[in-house]
Amino acid sequence: MAAAIEVEGISKQFRLYNEKHTSLKERVIHGGKMPFTPFWALRDVNVEINQGETFGILGRNGCGKSTLLKCIAGILKPTSGEIRVRGSLAAMLELGAGFQPDLSGRDNIYLNGSLLGLSRTEIARRFDDIVAFAELEDFIDNQVKFYSSGMYVRLGFAVAVNVEPDVLLVDEVLAVGDANFQRKCLDHVKKFQREGRTIVVVSHGTDTIRQNCGRVMVMNHGQVITVDEPGEGIRVYMADLLGVGTHPGSESGGIEGNVLAIGTVRAEHGGSGARTHMYPGESLTVTADVDSLAAVPNALATIAIYDDKNELVFASDPDDPACEMEIPVGGGIVRFVFPEVPLLDGTYSVSVGVRSATETAIFDLKDQVTQFEVANPGRATGRVRLPLDASFRLRSAAAGSTGEVPAVSAAFTPLAGWEETAS
Amino acid sequence: MSLSVDEPPSAEPERVSTIGGSTRFVPGQSHDRVTVVNGKVQLGQRLKDLWTNRDLLLLLTRTELKVKYKDSVLGYVWSMLNPTLVLIIYFVVFKVIARTHQPLFAIWLFAGLLVWNLFSAAALGATSVVVGKAGIVKKVAFPRELLALSVVGVSMVLFAIQVVVLILAMVIFGIHPDYAYLPLLPLAFVALVVFTSGMSIFLSAVNVYLRDTAHLTEVLMMAWFWGTPIVYTWGQITGILAGHPALGWVKYVYLCNPVTPIVMTFQRAIYGKTQYSYAGTVYHVLPNWGVASFAGVLGILLVASIGLFLLALVVFARLEGNFAEEL
Repeated sequence: MAAAIEVEGISKQFRLYNEKHTSLKERVIHGGKMPFTPFWALRDVNVEINQGETFGILGRNGCGKSTLLKCIAGILKPTSGEIRVRGSLAAMLELGAGFQPDLSGRDNIYLNGSLLGLSRTEIARRFDDIVAFAELEDFIDNQVKFYSSGMYVRLGFAVAVNVEPDVLLVDEVLAVGDANFQRKCLDHVKKFQREGRTIVVVSHGTDTIRQNCGRVMVMNHGQVITVDEPGEGIRVYMADLLGVGTHPGSESGGIEGNVLAIGTVRAEHGGSGARTHMYPGESLTVTADVDSLAAVPNALATIAIYDDKNELVFASDPDDPACEMEIPVGGGIVRFVFPEVPLLDGTYSVSVGVRSATETAIFDLKDQVTQFEVANPGRATGRVRLPLDASFRLRSAAAGSTGEVPAVSAAFTPLAGWEETAS
Repeated sequence: MSLSVDEPPSAEPERVSTIGGSTRFVPGQSHDRVTVVNGKVQLGQRLKDLWTNRDLLLLLTRTELKVKYKDSVLGYVWSMLNPTLVLIIYFVVFKVIARTHQPLFAIWLFAGLLVWNLFSAAALGATSVVVGKAGIVKKVAFPRELLALSVVGVSMVLFAIQVVVLILAMVIFGIHPDYAYLPLLPLAFVALVVFTSGMSIFLSAVNVYLRDTAHLTEVLMMAWFWGTPIVYTWGQITGILAGHPALGWVKYVYLCNPVTPIVMTFQRAIYGKTQYSYAGTVYHVLPNWGVASFAGVLGILLVASIGLFLLALVVFARLEGNFAEEL
């Protein structure tokens, strides 16, 4: 299989000027000197993207992924190195870039199509498809400046995908329009994949990458960290770049006036030791060191789990008898065991507290003191992995005699299931 | 975690796709073109890209016209307001106030302004076109020289309208051009367009880095205008220089202004006279060159203009690499 895109030793230097002189006057006044700090947005990036592959690029803001995409598209020129692209290329860096607000939708389709490299006759042939795809039949002769933002973006996407390039570069623009249009876009991406076109997607959205990409490249500070299959790539992206893992816990707090204090809190999962992250469905044990000056006969231990957006995922039931405990003088260790954690990808933080079961008094609360990370090797996305069973059977006629047809593999290949519902 | 890395399941291309029955895409067969992106300037490739994107150039020009003049007759009439006013002002100042005795002075002015309007409108418009279209430049890959060239295209359309007005005026007033010199006009026009394109491309790129180029260009254009025999005559310059034999070389420096030979060709063909007499004195307005001499000068100018155009492309290509960053 030939490489569709060969990136060979690409480096790109930007100059960060302390003070930028953008006029001849200023240049002359300052004697032509413009002190700057060189900033390498890309450093010796090498990657080969195969024909027909859907390739994801992950990395946090400023890691150089958009710069790389712009270099591949030919919008920016690399400082050194070379990129070879086989076949026609279209870049969707911003939908509707180059739309002229004063022109009608019709004129803009021609203009945008030409900018993306289509000839007049090619656009004329695809015109109806584009209009139908954008669902703008009634407004195509209106000036684009009167379009809603949704219409604008839909038209931009419709033009870009109907260019039918050999190589499509997409920069975080898949999430546009309403749910129906989004599905259409994804359908189109799938169609591209089936047709063997090459797609390069830059995104923060690990879900988009996981569901669509065959391989993922993770970047940081303009360098390639890894090129791997999506599950592993996303894990590396989460762990190394965001700098999170299983923390050793907080330092133990002293007992000052309070009866009881929570010290070190630890989270241990099934794979601890071998991995810093856990898989969905593994067990999780949270332990908290508790020091106590006096015996607390009716203590209630509480635990809460938050996701990376600080949304509460789970808080323990205060009426749960298992959480009521008697803590003797000197304290001990409180243990919370989750036999099976169905959470999907993400970094979760844990809060632990001890309060009185009978009164409102809170003895101590350690808010989000430790974290654990879940990396999902499969392709399911979302927050939780719900137990799933799927099967197929014929409608009523067959119900009595033949019974159920054995389950198809829908449960294990979500993509196939998804396509069934989408068509 | 041990999926095959080299052959991911979704990367298997289908040789013949039949989805919907409408696609004809077969990887690796019809699209063998390889685009190379690196820091080097490939002039030949750029020229080729300009040619393959000629549809886009037409479209950009049309777009510019549509946005400016709303594609209406009145819009185009409106576009003539500025050149007409300029013509009237110079006519009033020189004919009524300065009392020039040159016959058919309006036609003389018109012939020169025709050339000048194309050149200055394009150069001034192109200077800010890349900055003005930052949205496209930053997000879409296409030969950006086309933006500057589209401004030249717009100027050419306005030029054509002015030519129509001029022809109408000449027919109405029964003024004949010098038919022997008319065949020179296409050559002069091509030289003018090539030279203007080179200037436009150069200025549009420089303005991205030095944003006051637009202001400097305005001043430069004013000086350039008065340094070109449009409202006055070539004969007046040579007349003055004739009084100072030591300054004979100034004439050749003066001729180095690329716009001058083009303006003079237009004046020679349209105005038709090289001299007129007034109150017993003969005034020369244009040199007594034959068609061949004019053609020779224009030929040299065309070659030089092509050189300048290519140079402008190289400069543009050098500067273009960081447009997306600078804008």
